[in-house]
Amino acid sequence: MSRTSTNSAPEDKLADRPPSPQSPARRLIAALLRDRLALIGIVVVSAFVLAAALAPAIAPQNPYDLSQLDILDARLAPGSRSGGGSIYLLGTDGQGRDLLSAILFGLRTSILVGVSSAAIALVIGTSVGLVSAYAGGWVDSFLMRVVDIQLSFPAILIALIFLAILGQGIDKIILALIVTQWAYYARTTRGSALVERKRAYVDAARSMALPDRAILFRHILPNCLPPLIVVATMRVAYAIMLEATLSFLGIGLPVTEPSLGLLISNGFEFLLSGEYWISVFPGLALLLLIVAINLIGDALRDILNPRREG
Amino acid sequence: MAAPILSVSGLDVSFRAGDAWRNVVRDVAFEVGPRETLAIVGESGSGKSVTAMSIMRLLSPANARVTGRIDFEGRNLLDLPLAEMPSIRGNSIGMIFQEPMTSLNPVLRIGKQITEVLEQHRGMTRSQARAEAVRLLEKVRIPSARSRLNEYPMNFSGGMRQRVVIAIALACSPKLLIADEPTTALDVTIQAQILELIKTLQEDEGMSVVFITHDMGVVAEISDRTLVMYRGDVVETATTPDLFATPEHPYTRALLSAVPQLGAMAGTEYPLRFPEVDMTSGEIAETGPTARTVDDASAPILDVDKLVTRFALKKGLLRRTVGRIHAVEGVSLTLRRGETLSLVGESGCGKSTTGRSIIRLTDPVSGAVRIDGKDVLGAGKAEIAAIRRKAQMVFQDPFDSLNPRIRIGSAIAEPMVTHGIAHPLQARKRAGELLERVGLSAAMLDRFPHEFSGGQRQRVCIARALALEPKLIIADEAVSALDVSVKAQIINLMLDLQEQYGLGYLFISHDMAVVERISHRVAVMYLGEIVEIGSRRAVFEDPQHEYTKRLMAAVPIADPSRRRARQPSNDEIKSPWRPADYVPPQRHYREAGHGHWVLDN
Repeated sequence: MSRTSTNSAPEDKLADRPPSPQSPARRLIAALLRDRLALIGIVVVSAFVLAAALAPAIAPQNPYDLSQLDILDARLAPGSRSGGGSIYLLGTDGQGRDLLSAILFGLRTSILVGVSSAAIALVIGTSVGLVSAYAGGWVDSFLMRVVDIQLSFPAILIALIFLAILGQGIDKIILALIVTQWAYYARTTRGSALVERKRAYVDAARSMALPDRAILFRHILPNCLPPLIVVATMRVAYAIMLEATLSFLGIGLPVTEPSLGLLISNGFEFLLSGEYWISVFPGLALLLLIVAINLIGDALRDILNPRREG
Repeated sequence: MAAPILSVSGLDVSFRAGDAWRNVVRDVAFEVGPRETLAIVGESGSGKSVTAMSIMRLLSPANARVTGRIDFEGRNLLDLPLAEMPSIRGNSIGMIFQEPMTSLNPVLRIGKQITEVLEQHRGMTRSQARAEAVRLLEKVRIPSARSRLNEYPMNFSGGMRQRVVIAIALACSPKLLIADEPTTALDVTIQAQILELIKTLQEDEGMSVVFITHDMGVVAEISDRTLVMYRGDVVETATTPDLFATPEHPYTRALLSAVPQLGAMAGTEYPLRFPEVDMTSGEIAETGPTARTVDDASAPILDVDKLVTRFALKKGLLRRTVGRIHAVEGVSLTLRRGETLSLVGESGCGKSTTGRSIIRLTDPVSGAVRIDGKDVLGAGKAEIAAIRRKAQMVFQDPFDSLNPRIRIGSAIAEPMVTHGIAHPLQARKRAGELLERVGLSAAMLDRFPHEFSGGQRQRVCIARALALEPKLIIADEAVSALDVSVKAQIINLMLDLQEQYGLGYLFISHDMAVVERISHRVAVMYLGEIVEIGSRRAVFEDPQHEYTKRLMAAVPIADPSRRRARQPSNDEIKSPWRPADYVPPQRHYREAGHGHWVLDN
């Protein structure tokens, strides 16, 4: 048997590669940082998230505390000085709220609603998609018909009906957004899981008698993530937009805790009378956030495109 | 030699890699004379296809830099404006690619795809072009050519599509035909037909041919002169008989010694390792004989009895069964410890499905399978897990059979931990040992699959299969996707492991020459049935069944002095599709010798 130990792989010497034990996640982040537009997106989103997180500390005023509001300061132009002597950088709204503070606090709500609803919808949708693809047969048919029905109604309509039944509140709006969105994740996951399921490494795992659970979550799921990450990024933006729409229509959040959509809605009536800032500044913030998230999403889609790999 | 048709000199090709340029072809020079066939042979990454693409100027100038001279019909093709290339491509130089499935447009009728070329390049009217298309299809021996003009590529089999591609390449009577691995994706009997066709057409049309291939057997069959490429360099050019008789360069020698030759094993009893070649000195070290590994005394490790696997084809709203693929039909075989039984046959013969049915990756319809005495088909979930530990599978595509997101250390350790054989730490240590055992190093445990070459990945797959200490390994085309030299190494490794652990191999392959090298016994499959089974010597030295003989005759022989005149046949591989009410006939086998059974027709 002395011979066999010398049977090392000669092709290794030929194909000498520098060892680069990088995980796929690290390679993804590195590629993302190399993309200039994505970098801008990341910087903008990070700034918004940071500002929202620190809002109570950095906002000049707590816009939800009615005792701090002064109705005499209502509808002041940007840069005006308040009765108390402080400057309203972005002006005030109809109730005399400092718009900058209102936007910072509104961002908190928008981001919380967008991210949490997208995350929960992701978990639910992904599980449904995986089960559907792996089980096949009538389970698959049933789940996918439910998805079809869900997707055939406009998201806004479903959310409207839901909120009409449940009433206002941040938890209810998150619930409504989850209901309107899980189906997208389920469809995406099922598609890629079906492809992955046919690959030889899944057969290999089955032939090693690994439990179904391990095959699904340890082997198939990580390989389905690339398209899901892209969908999730875009969906966060969409959820924030949908929440703004619902609030604009006045059925999302209570007036006392305005999100960006509600702020825009509140300023809408003054828009034609020249007091543009009440609607425009929250609108700009919303626009910037959505565009930035989409920039990241676009870059992710390019980086994670399987045709580009290799 | 008469003035060459094509003359290439000082050809250098670099590809853009990020900001740098990576040199992939260096100083390639060769000439192709009139009516000459030049083979460019090499393994993957040798630059042979890149060379062909640069002749046709098919490389994108943004990503590839080509310098040197390519003289064709008195002009340097590299100096021509790109806009003039289309008149050369197709008109004076025809090209055939490897993949007949993708080089035809799936949504256009075959006739349209041929007449389009004729109308554009030869200025024919529609009716002239149609008549000419029929003539071309007849020339590449497509039966009832006129009626097939209106069919789509999906109605054609792989071999027939390649004929259509050749017909299109010939449409303008080119002076030079460049064929890039035209038979690699085809079955061996179909390959033989296509090679024969190219040879005949070359003589009829007086073309020159540049034939690019990795297969030394094909080289020996078809070429007058041969160019050997290795990692971007031409290492040797010689007339084909000289190259095979007296290879000069160490690499050529290594390549030739790694090529299994059908019939070379005549008279030997046991499998044989490939000789090991030192790539720098070219010295060939014969490897020792393999020991007797087959354990006749104990009960068979695998016992398959009248296995049947069919796939129903359903149609319509009510999912009515309209027919069935009879993938495996009444297959019976046994395999002992330390024995290698090969299942050979062409695509669609059911050899892979047999392997998958045995460990129930696919569920068979009927029959019985016992692995180490345990019934597999009646087993429940827990029992299947226990049985699968004894029988592991190694798959064809080493790029597909490892999860790209799992480090190989975890991939090898996972089954051991799941089956409670070892704690995670022990499993990791054991994974390191297994890697060393298959010729890699324990330091590679934390690498991802993409950091390995194809051969190394296949070693990892073998290490993973060994993790559960199986008694039986089902190797489904395990070496088919590998380069010849790597293939030889993996076969040697498998033989070593068999000696050491007494493994039984069910070796599923379409490659007769490799099968001859590795097997103790051989079963030939055709349309889901075993047509002949027996000892390797009996089947190879005294084939009984008509199909076995045909299969053996089709294998290209890597020896130009043994080039045979072939009977150009037009047979296609038949489909195992049957209508829903089909009842398979009762089959009888006659015993042609001790343990050598042949299907009676």
